[in-house]
Amino acid sequence: MLETINRYILPQVSSTFAADVDALFTFINVTSVIILLGITVAIFYFSIKYRRKSEDDVTPVIRFNTMLEVTWITIPLILVLIVFAWGFRGYIDMRTPPGNAYEVYVTANSFFWQFTYPNGVQTTDELYVPAGRPVKLIMQSRDVIHSFFVPDFRIKQDVLPGRYTTLWFETLTSGEHVIFCTEYCGTGHSAMDGMVYALEPDEFNAWLNEQKELSERELPLAELGRNLYTSQGCAGCHSLDGSVVIGPTFQGLYGAERQFTDGTSRVADEEYLRESIKYPGRVINVGFNNIMPSYEGQLSDDQITAIIEFIKELE
Amino acid sequence: MAAASKDLKIREFPVEENPTEHYLNAGKGLKSWLFTVDHKRIGLMYLASIILFFFVGGMLALALRIELWEPARTFMDADTYNRVFTLHGAIMVFLFIIPSIPAALGNFFLPMMLGAKDVAFPRLNLLSFWIYSIGALFTLYSIAYGGVDTGWTFYTPYSTSTGTAVISMTLGVFIMGFSSILTGINFIVTIHKMRAPGQTWGKLPLFLWSLYATSIIQVLATPNLAITFLLLILESTLGVGIFDPALGGDPVLYQHFFWFYSHPAVYIMIVPAFGIISEVISTFSKKTIFGYWLIALSSLAIAFIGFLVWGHHMFVSGQSELSTVIFSFLTFFVGIPTGIKILNWIATMYKGSIDLKTPMIYALMFLFLFSIGGFTGIMLGALSVNVHLHDTYYVVAHFHYVMMGGTVFAFLAGIHYWWPKMTGKMYNELWAKIASVILFIGFNVTFLPQFVMGSQGMPRRYYSYIEQFQTLHQTSTVGSWILGVGFIIVGIYLAISLFSKNNRASSNPWGARALEWMTTSPPAHHNFNHTPVVLHNPYDFHKPISEFRLGIDGSDGHHSSEDVSTPKEVGDKV
Repeated sequence: MLETINRYILPQVSSTFAADVDALFTFINVTSVIILLGITVAIFYFSIKYRRKSEDDVTPVIRFNTMLEVTWITIPLILVLIVFAWGFRGYIDMRTPPGNAYEVYVTANSFFWQFTYPNGVQTTDELYVPAGRPVKLIMQSRDVIHSFFVPDFRIKQDVLPGRYTTLWFETLTSGEHVIFCTEYCGTGHSAMDGMVYALEPDEFNAWLNEQKELSERELPLAELGRNLYTSQGCAGCHSLDGSVVIGPTFQGLYGAERQFTDGTSRVADEEYLRESIKYPGRVINVGFNNIMPSYEGQLSDDQITAIIEFIKELE
Repeated sequence: MAAASKDLKIREFPVEENPTEHYLNAGKGLKSWLFTVDHKRIGLMYLASIILFFFVGGMLALALRIELWEPARTFMDADTYNRVFTLHGAIMVFLFIIPSIPAALGNFFLPMMLGAKDVAFPRLNLLSFWIYSIGALFTLYSIAYGGVDTGWTFYTPYSTSTGTAVISMTLGVFIMGFSSILTGINFIVTIHKMRAPGQTWGKLPLFLWSLYATSIIQVLATPNLAITFLLLILESTLGVGIFDPALGGDPVLYQHFFWFYSHPAVYIMIVPAFGIISEVISTFSKKTIFGYWLIALSSLAIAFIGFLVWGHHMFVSGQSELSTVIFSFLTFFVGIPTGIKILNWIATMYKGSIDLKTPMIYALMFLFLFSIGGFTGIMLGALSVNVHLHDTYYVVAHFHYVMMGGTVFAFLAGIHYWWPKMTGKMYNELWAKIASVILFIGFNVTFLPQFVMGSQGMPRRYYSYIEQFQTLHQTSTVGSWILGVGFIIVGIYLAISLFSKNNRASSNPWGARALEWMTTSPPAHHNFNHTPVVLHNPYDFHKPISEFRLGIDGSDGHHSSEDVSTPKEVGDKV
């Protein structure tokens, strides 16, 4: 029965940590429910059995009982020490990545995740990992604090600006798992999700090589721009279909008259688009917030040109 | 002592029923309220303010719950949602729950329970209220100025980069901190110096022990919050690098500073509630409290340990593994004194004469809800499980079980317990019971699903969510409406009770033994027209009630316990 309940209240068991975390979760729940039932029964039983019969009721004077107090100090103390030791053991496992872990660098941005693999391949919001092999993430943020959370793996770690934090996991099988950002980071916080794809090792290697080839291929400008649009996280805020996500849509952007919060306006030409990518805070479109990170130093001139070409082709 | 040499005769002072003169008609007009130094009037002004802010915070909560009806947009955009949840948290924490029990009920009843005319520093007390009001104005200004979207925790570097009214908001909280400190000092001095003759520490009502522990936390912890916010303001206005890594600071340092105050502050919010529960359970069981000293000292123990566990908010923040492990270990020790209290309260009911009046019903609901809050706290203290549950709805549900199921239900118990004393009027008992049941149901329907969502991985502070959570979110939203209905009923029957004619409350409707019940309802302008003398523990229901109404003539309020010696023959019996 416990398993049925757990299947409902916990995410699927998909990492080597999950079973132990769930077992401790269940232990605390079961113990708590037993004690809570005891408390509740006592409250009801006393309220009925000792209900006031007359205003002149005389009650016995019971001030203290050493045995009773010692008992209900000792038993909870033992229980919480068990819980501490159990949680401690699990935590130490989580904080000790094995030496042979496959390493992926993670960069958190408002509001997307970038993953960089050892061979230079980059993905956005999609983390590909080999199944059944320890994976270590070395993470930092480019702006505010974010937090990397995969419920199916029972792992979470804050991602800080200006320093690395790490975490590791090993999946049980291949599969797909959702990533959440769990440190509040602003407008797009709840949209800052992603997916982990755990692939069989040979599938994973094939995927990695394929991506490597794709990134080295000479592409037409607009097509390169489209790839950058996804891999650099533009897609998280700028739609292609006219809908407003967090930033202005790219549809019909090129050549349109833009109104800014400082009262000025300007036609969105190549120069405007380049400036908006490199220094997004200089002018802000009416109805939007100054939250886009700068891509100065992040994208090369050629890459910016490719994105502009991509936006132009959307006409 | 000078007083002892006088001929002081201890005699019984019968309590006048339906007094014509009392603190409510001792002065008329707005000025007699705004510039009063009467602790009772100041308590009532606090009560009115916090009820106002509870209403505002509650409305914001309803708006949040409605927005979460749909996975994506229901009726507000993400930026509005972020501002609304920030305001809900900040208002509820800083403007409602921290001052709720100590500043409102504490101000009103602390001097009365000591048999004193007022607190030690009545003018300082008025100043506290004014400082609180000025701080509140800053908060309102921040809302008008565009709101704050950082969450009530103001984590850097987001809070220094967001460009919303963070500075005026934190300045408001900074100012309100002084109100908290002054109230704390006032209470500590009053309890030390103004206890009625014969009222030794062992005869202090447990509500006062809890306020004493709370005051110590307020005085010691609040300056730290003030300094933290000052540094935050310095960083965002002058660019001094303290927390922002771009300026050479450390964002995790901010979290340490913030929780070094805000974790003890959790006990500022809950410990006074424990005090109310002790009073109510003993009174409505008509029985000596079980384990008086353990309950009293566990409040102090919680206050002390509460200073050593702030890092349990930061298990996944990037603090060192060693700190994390130590903080987890210490955290479990807060659970022990809390457990002691709950079991002692239940033991108090054993063989009692239990009268399920509204305050008692709320107290029993408190025991159930707060226990759940406590158990889920143990869950969150367990390291490996915390990594999964941190910053999910599980945490949201946990602290609402503690803060609302705990403190707010205890506050409701206190309001209903002391309403006849404060106002001289009795509310409709039937409606009060109906409302308590509605609130209990509404509360659980709102927050139980949040435990499940959190366990499944639903992060907190999410404007939109994945569809698998929708049923649970909608259940929670429906629960919030039930809660809303419950509070409306409470508001209506309490308001009606004020204006009804034939519901004058007697001086001691519950047959309690503590000193505040040994004067008129509503109390006289100076609480007592004599100096009360205490012989017994306030929970000694086996002693005749006449022995709780003793006193000496004269009401200069400066008798201290040394001035009057208990008559030998009576003292032996005590």
